Amino acid sequence: MKHFNLNTDGAGMNREDISENFDDLHPPLDASKAAVEASRCLYCYDAPCMNACPTRIDIPKFIHQIRSGNLDGSARTILSANIMGGTCARACPTEVLCEEVCVVHETESGPVKIGELQRHAVDHLMENATSHPFPRAPVTGKHLAVIGAGPAGLSFAHRSAMLGHNVVVYEAKPKPGGLNEYGLAAYKMADDFAQREVDFLLGVGGINIEYGKALGAGLMLEALRTEFDAVFIGAGLGTTRALRASGEELKGVGDALDFIEDIRQAKDKTKIAVGDNVMVIGGGNTAIDAAVQAKCLGARNVTLVYRRGPEAMSATGWEQDLATANGVVMRYWMSPKEFLGGEKVERAVFSEMEMKNGKLAPRGTDVELPADMVLKAIGQTLDDTVLSGLKIEKGKIVVDDEYRTSLPGVFAGGDCINRGEDLTVQAVEDGKQAAIIVDADLRAAAKGAAT
Amino acid sequence: MTDLGCVIGGVESINPFWLASAPPTDKKYNVERAFKAGWGGAVWKTLGVDPPVVNVTSRYGVHRSQDRTVIGINNIELISDRPLTVNLREIEEMRREWPDRVIIGSIMAPMEEHAWKELAVKVANAGVQGIELNLGCPHGMCERGMGSAVGQVAEFVEQTTRWVREAVNLPVFTKLTPNVTDIMIPASAAKAGGAHAVSLINTVNSVIGVDLDTMTPMPTVDGRGTHGGYCGEAVKPIALHMTAEIARQAETEGLEISAIGGITTWRDAAEFIALGASGVQVCTAAMLYGFRIVDDMIDGLEAFMREKDYASIDAFKGMASKRTVDWNELNMNHDLKARIDDDACIECGRCFIVCEDTSHQAIRIDARDDSGRKFTVIDDECVGCNLCMHVCPVKDCITMEAVDTDRPYVTWPEHPKNPMNKAAE
Repeated sequence: MKHFNLNTDGAGMNREDISENFDDLHPPLDASKAAVEASRCLYCYDAPCMNACPTRIDIPKFIHQIRSGNLDGSARTILSANIMGGTCARACPTEVLCEEVCVVHETESGPVKIGELQRHAVDHLMENATSHPFPRAPVTGKHLAVIGAGPAGLSFAHRSAMLGHNVVVYEAKPKPGGLNEYGLAAYKMADDFAQREVDFLLGVGGINIEYGKALGAGLMLEALRTEFDAVFIGAGLGTTRALRASGEELKGVGDALDFIEDIRQAKDKTKIAVGDNVMVIGGGNTAIDAAVQAKCLGARNVTLVYRRGPEAMSATGWEQDLATANGVVMRYWMSPKEFLGGEKVERAVFSEMEMKNGKLAPRGTDVELPADMVLKAIGQTLDDTVLSGLKIEKGKIVVDDEYRTSLPGVFAGGDCINRGEDLTVQAVEDGKQAAIIVDADLRAAAKGAAT
Repeated sequence: MTDLGCVIGGVESINPFWLASAPPTDKKYNVERAFKAGWGGAVWKTLGVDPPVVNVTSRYGVHRSQDRTVIGINNIELISDRPLTVNLREIEEMRREWPDRVIIGSIMAPMEEHAWKELAVKVANAGVQGIELNLGCPHGMCERGMGSAVGQVAEFVEQTTRWVREAVNLPVFTKLTPNVTDIMIPASAAKAGGAHAVSLINTVNSVIGVDLDTMTPMPTVDGRGTHGGYCGEAVKPIALHMTAEIARQAETEGLEISAIGGITTWRDAAEFIALGASGVQVCTAAMLYGFRIVDDMIDGLEAFMREKDYASIDAFKGMASKRTVDWNELNMNHDLKARIDDDACIECGRCFIVCEDTSHQAIRIDARDDSGRKFTVIDDECVGCNLCMHVCPVKDCITMEAVDTDRPYVTWPEHPKNPMNKAAE
């Protein structure tokens, strides 16, 4: 388990120690370590790891290719199934996906480090390839619109471009990558990897990204439907949920995702302000990313508060261990009630919780803790005001098995849809599969028109 | 009390572990380190007629398994490139300083009686306990009419052995090359020439690999390469077979064997002894790990002998030889079926895919209630080939069960389906 430089004595941290904390969480495997790790793979038939991967990367094949010295071939095996294999190698919760079901678990200490091997192969190709590894099919003359340059949208765009279509991607932010660029801890995506990956992906050709364009802000879904042959929505989720606790408007109470974004976008991490008593509210990997990074920046006390027990947290066991190993205090069965202070938050009051008749309910007792920084990580919601005409349920766009929304010609994938887990790797799969469906639709229509 | 002391070709040794004639035994410095480490003997690097040979750079290439372990080395080094007098002086010193250890003098000469005899006498006078005839090197020396060029001609094997027997009153070990169609031919010739023992195998002729960037065979000498002698773990099965044949065939009865070929652990040594060897010689394992590997060869062999209650090397020597037979003597009625232990199975599917693709389609995959996979052997299709058991990564997960054990022992010559079977007529 990684141990960061911490402000244990309260004397503060120097710039070098803080900067060092944002280096690669897992240093890349060198060639000989990769060879040793690859040799642990049993080359399973119809492998459980492959079936546990949402994008179904042929893992035994790519590891065998590392072993044979065919690193570019290995990377092509990965990227043909998952064009964001580089990000997934870094940020996937492999401990609950491919590595969890690795059969080597049962006979040796720990699974094959599939994520690290994947990174070894993909990094090699991205650093050495002189041209994009996947050719485009003959250009079809079809034009597709994509909303959101996150993992789902870019995966859709890449696969569509490979299939011969031209794609315009509309992105609200000034940079592409979505949560890969804005929503992951900096130590998971060191050396500007998200941008390098997008540049690599765009190397296929046929994709244009227009920045500062969001639905509602000058971009209307109806107009896109008219102008393009198909539309794919991979807009993710917008706003962070409200806690509905009084004092939420106080200075110092903010979104964990904004904090994570600020760190990611800062060239000099030491310039990011962090409190002495940081309170992170939530139980997912975003909460962990915020809490651990607060520690990395030199926060003396960081407490992660979750309203249920540890087993109910959506953060993986590995992520939880990373937090506790680095001094984050975990407090369970506590729900925010109010934030107190003058202009700025000073204290947080929590209701102690318990399960009553199968339902989460306050016990009637409160806990008050000092807090000069509160970070909310309780999930995001879809801004559905700009999606008029689309069927929405429980705050997500409804799609069928083929990623079709309720509007003909409009498809959707990634975190904004009502299927699959909210993971980068799932978003990549959604985009890839939707592109294959759209392509089939367009070709069938063209054939129908020709006869 | 177990005793590793043994007699090999008439030479007494404190244990059966000798270093083979090769780079590790090139000079006193090395052999002294080996004796300190516990080796029972050393066959000195082959001595030739002066002037000494000149070697090239580089000399070794390796063959790796997929997990990067070296499983074989090939070399293009020639015999000792030091003056004969230097070698003989060092041998004399070593014999004086290490009286309980064995030094065998390995020699190689052109196909001339006086050359062999003079060299044998000089080496014998240095005090060696035996002479080994190097008739095996498959590279370099053979181009000068020596090494395997001699060992591949039965008459030459017999002749050189006889010359040395006539010249010296010492045990004679004829070292055989495996680069022949039938090892029994040179082995019988050695026996006819009067050899006390045969040492085998010398290295297997080989090209170890090709550098695909420079398109040069390896090891590479200034842009070119040549064939060399292959040794190490990978050649052990070849050496075991040749040892077994010489030990069990009537025509070489009484000919002792100093076995060589990929011996890396005590277990390897025990296997050679079980097939009839009197002792073993090691080179590659020492070249990969140093002389210290003899520690566990000694310790492990002693432990094995204690466990099996073998008081001496002789107690189990040749025990497996009795069970080594021609294919025609095998029981056609023996029948095995693979059994997969569900609890031990980790569901990797390796057994299934090798049987399905390359064997008899005798393993079925069923879905399990817990979403896993269950692998079952289809007895009617299983021919008991062992392949699934060998590819299974879990020890003892797949075992072979004997079925129809009540059927009689029937060999192919007796088998009803044999068209040559007289009984079937």
